[in-house]
Amino acid sequence: MKKKLLIFLIVFFSYPTFLLSIEPDIFVQSTVNRASKLLGEDISKNEKIEKLKLIAKETVDIKGIGFYTLGAKRKSLSKEEKEKYSSLFEEYFLKSFSSRLAEYTNPEIDVINKEKLNDNYTIVNSVLKATNERPEINIDWRIYTKDSDNPLIRDLIIEGLSLARTQKEEFASVLSSNEDNIKALFKVLEEFSSN
Amino acid sequence: MIKKILIILITTLTLTVNLYAGSDGELILKKNEPSKVKDCSETFNKASFALNKGLDKIIFKPVSSVYRVLPSPIKTGVSNSLNNLSNVVTIPNNVLQGEFKLAGINTGRFLINTTVGVLGLIDVATYLGFTEYVKEDYGQSLASHGVGPGCYLVLPVLGPTTARDTIASLTNFIGGDAWYNVTVRNDTHYFRDIDYYASRVTAGVDFRAKNFDSIENLEKNSLDFYASVKSLYLQDRQQRILNSTKIIETQDDSDWEEIETQ
Repeated sequence: MKKKLLIFLIVFFSYPTFLLSIEPDIFVQSTVNRASKLLGEDISKNEKIEKLKLIAKETVDIKGIGFYTLGAKRKSLSKEEKEKYSSLFEEYFLKSFSSRLAEYTNPEIDVINKEKLNDNYTIVNSVLKATNERPEINIDWRIYTKDSDNPLIRDLIIEGLSLARTQKEEFASVLSSNEDNIKALFKVLEEFSSN
Repeated sequence: MIKKILIILITTLTLTVNLYAGSDGELILKKNEPSKVKDCSETFNKASFALNKGLDKIIFKPVSSVYRVLPSPIKTGVSNSLNNLSNVVTIPNNVLQGEFKLAGINTGRFLINTTVGVLGLIDVATYLGFTEYVKEDYGQSLASHGVGPGCYLVLPVLGPTTARDTIASLTNFIGGDAWYNVTVRNDTHYFRDIDYYASRVTAGVDFRAKNFDSIENLEKNSLDFYASVKSLYLQDRQQRILNSTKIIETQDDSDWEEIETQ
């Protein structure tokens, strides 16, 4: 009996990644269920926003999205500028993300498929069910799976349109209309977060 | 007169877009990459964009906010009917893109939905198992033959487009759109000009209503609303041209691969 237990323990601890890894589709469905349950709760909008921010901090790679969104500009920033940008981007992202989601009440999302692109990325396909006011919407999730124990959301692709890519082009526009000055982007992010 | 217009069109087309015979998917993807499409007339575009926002505020938004709360069967019927009507442009473009089988399927779809489906109000063809309907236009046909988008444009009332798509859409008015031909271009005694314009306005309201929350959300949460709309429009055109909603087929992933946070 002791021998069997020992073998079991050796096997268990020899393959921690295999045993602990979370499948991207299960990760998305459980995240969606958490958010959906929260949005259906009888609490104020502000309370919902605060709780949604906590879910986002746990499940979204905000830092990664921030650097993607910055495009090639990220390569020319100093360490201090990168740190300041990450901090401002997180505030901006959480405010923008949670206030968008808080408008929905009990959205029903079903995960239907997944496609592994490589070791780092899996695309999870889901459907936001139709209501009387809007048709069914296809939502794909780009999941960063480099650490399979801790998958993170990097992009939402709504009907084929990538939110991260849209944001990247939006930031590029802010930079190009301000002579590529990162301080102008900092100012715009600060203004958005403080309003 | 028509000859003069054609000469102007061909000259403009060759000046604004790059012709390339024998293109493949990867080349089309590169040519239509949203971040590479130039905003040559940004001042004009931003003025048009402001005008369109104003028109949206006083006309399209109020009308679509009423339209979106109509019973679902009415909205579905209107949407089906508009889709059915768009077949008269989609079918010739299926042929222009060499999709002859799809042209046949869409012709069958149009005939069934117009007759059994009561002027397209009911999408009988889908119930019968026809493949999903995808709209095509003359801009997509030019793109599929390797014509690049040219400059990004925002037209007053009509909204975002590109030089290629603007020029291509003129084909609708010189015989390429059977619905325009029987309503405005020719006096058929069955239809009037107003039928065509009413269908166009209804299509605008239907689109606005379907995307009501998304547009409101986008405007509220954008740092640069003009840039967001431009990006979304060009991404949408890119996937329509490639006939794919798969992000891995419409986006270069190399930038994602450089981001390491784990």
